[in-house]
Amino acid sequence: MNTTAPSPGRLARMLDSDVWYSFKTSPMAILAAVIAFLCIFCSVFAPWVSPYNPFDLASLNLSDARLPPAWMAEGSRAHLLGTDGQGRDILSALFYGARISLLVGFASVAVSLVVGVGLGLLSGFVGGKVDALIMRICDVMLSFPSILVALLIDGVGRALFPNAQETLAFGVLIVAISLTGWVQYARTVRGSTLVERNKEYVQAARVIGVAPLRIMLKHVLPNVMGPVLVLATIQVAAAIITEATLSFLGVGVPPTSPSLGTLIRVGNDFLFSGEWWITIFPGAMLVLIALSVNLLGDWLRDALNPRLR
Amino acid sequence: MFAFILRRLGQAVAVMLTVAFIAFMLFQYVGDPVTSMLGQDATQEQRDDLRRDLGLDQPFPLQFARFVGNAAQGEFGLSLRQGRKVSVLIAERFPATLELALAAAVIALTVGIPLGVYAALRRGGFGSQLVMTLSLLGVSLPTFLIGILLILFFSVTLKWLPSFGRGDVVTFGNWSTGLLTVDGWKHLILPAITLSVFQLALIMRLVRAEMLEVLRTDYIKFARARGLQNSSVYFGHALKNTLVPVITITGLQLGSLIAFAIITETVFQWPGMGFLFIQAVQFADIPVMAAYLCLIALIFVVVNLSVDLLYFAVDPRLRIEKSAAGH
Amino acid sequence: MNSSPLLEVKNLRVEFATRRGTLLALDDINLSIAPGEILGIVGESGAGKSLTGAAIIGLIEPPGRIASGEILLEGKRIDNLPYEQMRAIRGKQIGAIFQDPLTSLNPLYTIGQQLTETIQTHLPVGAAEARQRAIKLLQDTGIPAAEQRIDQYPHQFSGGMRQRVVIALALAAEPKLIVADEPTTALDVSIQAQIISLLKRLCKEQGAAVMLVTHDMGVIAETCDRVAVLYAGRVAEIGPVADVIHNPSHPYTVGLMGSIPSMDENRERLLQIDGSMPRLNAIPKGCAYNPRCPNVMDRCRQERPELFDAGATRAACWLVSPEVQTVRVNA
Repeated sequence: MNTTAPSPGRLARMLDSDVWYSFKTSPMAILAAVIAFLCIFCSVFAPWVSPYNPFDLASLNLSDARLPPAWMAEGSRAHLLGTDGQGRDILSALFYGARISLLVGFASVAVSLVVGVGLGLLSGFVGGKVDALIMRICDVMLSFPSILVALLIDGVGRALFPNAQETLAFGVLIVAISLTGWVQYARTVRGSTLVERNKEYVQAARVIGVAPLRIMLKHVLPNVMGPVLVLATIQVAAAIITEATLSFLGVGVPPTSPSLGTLIRVGNDFLFSGEWWITIFPGAMLVLIALSVNLLGDWLRDALNPRLR
Repeated sequence: MFAFILRRLGQAVAVMLTVAFIAFMLFQYVGDPVTSMLGQDATQEQRDDLRRDLGLDQPFPLQFARFVGNAAQGEFGLSLRQGRKVSVLIAERFPATLELALAAAVIALTVGIPLGVYAALRRGGFGSQLVMTLSLLGVSLPTFLIGILLILFFSVTLKWLPSFGRGDVVTFGNWSTGLLTVDGWKHLILPAITLSVFQLALIMRLVRAEMLEVLRTDYIKFARARGLQNSSVYFGHALKNTLVPVITITGLQLGSLIAFAIITETVFQWPGMGFLFIQAVQFADIPVMAAYLCLIALIFVVVNLSVDLLYFAVDPRLRIEKSAAGH
Repeated sequence: MNSSPLLEVKNLRVEFATRRGTLLALDDINLSIAPGEILGIVGESGAGKSLTGAAIIGLIEPPGRIASGEILLEGKRIDNLPYEQMRAIRGKQIGAIFQDPLTSLNPLYTIGQQLTETIQTHLPVGAAEARQRAIKLLQDTGIPAAEQRIDQYPHQFSGGMRQRVVIALALAAEPKLIVADEPTTALDVSIQAQIISLLKRLCKEQGAAVMLVTHDMGVIAETCDRVAVLYAGRVAEIGPVADVIHNPSHPYTVGLMGSIPSMDENRERLLQIDGSMPRLNAIPKGCAYNPRCPNVMDRCRQERPELFDAGATRAACWLVSPEVQTVRVNA
């Protein structure tokens, strides 16, 4: 007599998993997730969420310039976080700026993830000279600090295309930042691929004649997604910070689409005259995003680590 | 061991050559080598002469060899922006960056390692969690923002410390140092702290993670089972084993510090190589960029090699050849 | 006449708190070791052998903890001592040996340093004397050229040699009891016999008792005076080695002994016990062995048996309970 209960559906299994349990019981993780979600939501829907459009030159009123935040003496309710030197509402600028920052951040991570995971799979699966070459490149790249790589690519890009249009400038920036991160993925994935490659089910599949690509994608990839996900989360925060740094240094996003880094740079000039809010609020937003993403990444790493459960 | 050193030297040379190649490509195809050697205001005749002299009509490998030869002697031509010799510019700025990086390294190590050990030993306690959250904050704060905040607080609001430049320096020959004057120290504090925060957070997290791993090992369990005092277990056994892998990472961080100094120097207008590099990037001043690149690569390679040698000195497993094992 | 036991474990329960509830890993363990005696603890993986050893030396890793019961060393309770007092006992009164000699030794210190440190922690001797003692210990454990090798690092020794060093370390402070957790499992078969005989000899010389945890019945047969068979965190049978091996009473022990292949018999298939040991979160009601037992009765599924006397051994089985015995006798 065979009375097996129907096995729980995928959603039920996920909800019962240790990872979800770990999330539910970790107030930090929940808080971080909420904050990250809010920031992303506001940035994506910036035009609808912001009270004003700070980049619409027609709507700017110079007489509103340099207003302090609403809770201070000369502040006004109309501009909750004050205005900058040209009358732009800081709160709105935050959302629009975060939008650019997050765009660049996520795009760079996406590119470096695809490149890194791809090269890692290739390196681990094919082995031999290809593997040696890729690993050599990784070693060389790892000896360079990320900021330097990004600066270099950007500088070269600038020299090569001195009058680049906006999209090209963005493209160069994204490539620059993604080049700083792919090595980690490649190494991690290569390690896991090497482990899986020697397992019997992979060898069996090869003997049957399953195409190597299919083996890589269907069998190896799911097993490495855990660490890759943790890496990706942490890298998003790193990418956002790198972009902000580059923009602050004046070699990041084009000035027509200011990111949070640009806003901070512009606001820096007002620091000594006491109008601190112009630079501090974009800074706070940046830190909020980076911190919440980092917290999530940290929690994820601990949740996926079997030994800490 | 000898073979190991040879291999690492070989790798070092390979890295240097790769970097030189990249720098060479920059020169050839991105900038105009003739302009960078002669500056902007050379006549056409001078240019043609130089083109011949430089052998720019010669085959590629020969040109590359020449470049490497020049680079090895520190000769990179003239800065496009300032018209002065690149080597002189860099030599002037190097001491400032080095001092800054060393100060930051000292701060990061002397604060990071003890905090990491504390967070590992008192795992789960309030202090430990606080320390870990602060370290996460440290990694989430961009360096330039830390600089700005420190300036806002200590220079603008409290007016205790200066916010730009290096202050009074003392020069001996080619070297200049700010460490011998009180004013120099005052100027060094904020930038050094700014630069150290990221590394400090990283070191702290690394030490904690390593120490937790070590505390899980069998030899620690055995040490406890032998009834050794907690101080021996933690600081005699666990700490020593933790610090060995930490050495490699820390060594690499020194090179990283010199690169991250770019940001700090920009915020505080510290007259170092990093500030020079940023200006070069903004201006597309290729010779300076190339020279900086090669110098950084050299520093990294030297530091890596030193760390490897240090590893040998510290880990007996690498040092001594396995003697004939008996039963 | 038996002198009072050196170590007594009474009704020991060790549990693990997990998010799915509390798991009982050791359930009512009772055993004792006389001074100088060698007690074997045998059972399958997961039966709780190592955990018993860990409980005795007070090094159970969280989230495990001793839920109830007592552990007495020479009549005094040691399971509820504060850490510092237990630390003084570890090494000096109770020594421990673990399975893997490679990972048991700190690779960054010479074995001399590790030995003298242990000696000086427990005995009031100076550095020079500690070193002399260390050399003597190494010589006693059969390490050649001890005076030179004392300054070598663990990786310079072979597996068997390392385990000898580990034994030297465990005996350094002259403890009364050694808890040896699978001391030979990680070694070559040819070395196993040497190490076991060394352990036996040294303990006899020092008068130390041994609690030998292993899954290898051969080692038990060769070495131990008495043996306890563990199943699912409970003691199934305990008694003198010869009796447990040749006249087992508990069906599990019978199955175990039967499954050991013999050179004398001519058999085509190895005997095995059907089924497997239950997981900690699925221990059957009553006797833990009842799903697999060929002689199972209704009572076995309802009530858990205590340890009853069964000839020379004691077994936790209703088949040998006094009522059944009386029935037999009277029948």
